Amino acid sequence: MNTKIDARGLSCPQPVLMTLDEIKAGKTSEIEILVDTDTSKENVSRAATSQGWEVTDVSEGCNEYKITIRKK
Amino acid sequence: MRLKNVFATRWGIIGVGLFIGVFAALLQKWGNPGNMGICVACFERDIAGTLGLHRAGVVQYIRPEIIGFVMGSLIAAYLFKEFRPRLGSAPIVRFVLGVFAMIGALVFLGCPWRAALRLAGGDGNAILGLLGLIFGIWIGTLFLKKGYNLGRTQSTHAAAGWMLPLIMLGFLALLIAFPQIEGQNRSGVLFYSLKGPGAMHATLLISLGVGLAVGLLAQRSRFCTMGAIRDFVLFRQTHLLSGFIALVAAAFVTNLIVGQFHPGFEGQPIAHTMHVWNFAGMVLAGLAFALAGGCPGRQLFLAGEGDGDAAVFVVGMIVGAGLAHNFGLASSPKGVGPYGIEAVIIGLIVCLFIGFTMRKRSNS
Repeated sequence: MNTKIDARGLSCPQPVLMTLDEIKAGKTSEIEILVDTDTSKENVSRAATSQGWEVTDVSEGCNEYKITIRKK
Repeated sequence: MRLKNVFATRWGIIGVGLFIGVFAALLQKWGNPGNMGICVACFERDIAGTLGLHRAGVVQYIRPEIIGFVMGSLIAAYLFKEFRPRLGSAPIVRFVLGVFAMIGALVFLGCPWRAALRLAGGDGNAILGLLGLIFGIWIGTLFLKKGYNLGRTQSTHAAAGWMLPLIMLGFLALLIAFPQIEGQNRSGVLFYSLKGPGAMHATLLISLGVGLAVGLLAQRSRFCTMGAIRDFVLFRQTHLLSGFIALVAAAFVTNLIVGQFHPGFEGQPIAHTMHVWNFAGMVLAGLAFALAGGCPGRQLFLAGEGDGDAAVFVVGMIVGAGLAHNFGLASSPKGVGPYGIEAVIIGLIVCLFIGFTMRKRSNS
């Protein structure tokens, strides 16, 4: 199942906390996270990688990024 | 295709920490006060003084480093298309946090950057300050785990994101229009220090140049001393922490080379030895930084990339400096101010109130 997190407008560490909560809940193997700053994009990607997940896609929209991460 | 941000890598953040450590120590050699090559809290306090928001005669100077931090970050944000004008995440709360962050920092006598530089210069009292900082941030992480959140920002007009950078350009214009006159404590609208730390500074061009470089690098690397400790406590992540440690190491080695390392507790420059209040002042500051999402330096860099809430925190700190000196809350080398202890206690109560009451889940 694919889970979506909307972390737009939230500053760190909120996007990372939300992503880690979802990873730890263990209900999903793919998560899409919406963020609106480069800092959040880097932090979420770094946190996901440290949990053994991989960043499969980062797409840039209008003033936002959609990060897709998947459990390895 | 955008270039990968090399400064966001492990070696990137370490490189930025090394750069800041070396140049902060060198700024002391070039004229800045002892163990105060860069201190965001002290420098904003000096700006408050030169504008007459407080009248502590020894700490009055528009510090070009602060102007450089904001403008350097702004330039980097535009160069790499990261300028995102945004605001609206509880600005009044951020103002209050800025006020108390400054009060706490002035009880210790320094922001986290200066705590690191004091340690690197041999000032043992900095250990108490750093322990207090860690403890304050740890309390902040407990609130974060419980869902503490100041809410989302909204994107806004580019001009709104320019407000703090424009204020900084205004400060630069004042500094150029009304330069210090030898032996005079006033020049046009500005107040100047004739002695004390406010009278000690590198030349305008050096201070501004280093400030711009640091602002540029810190925007790219997201350098943050509060985040360094917070991320380690929350996630066991050492990314930002490696930058902070690199800063201390680089400043220490530079101090050894240029003869600025003087270990001890007594007689350290612009420092006092009241251990409990060195610790407690930084507990307050650390908690306020954690609740506001960044150390004072990081707030300047965020403001440079268009974050209006970070700009409000900065203004809160400048106003806090005015209050701290007018009310006798700020410490001096003799020890804490007449009302410093009460201010720390009130500040902690205010921060706890904010932490306990503002925990709306962002996705609810």
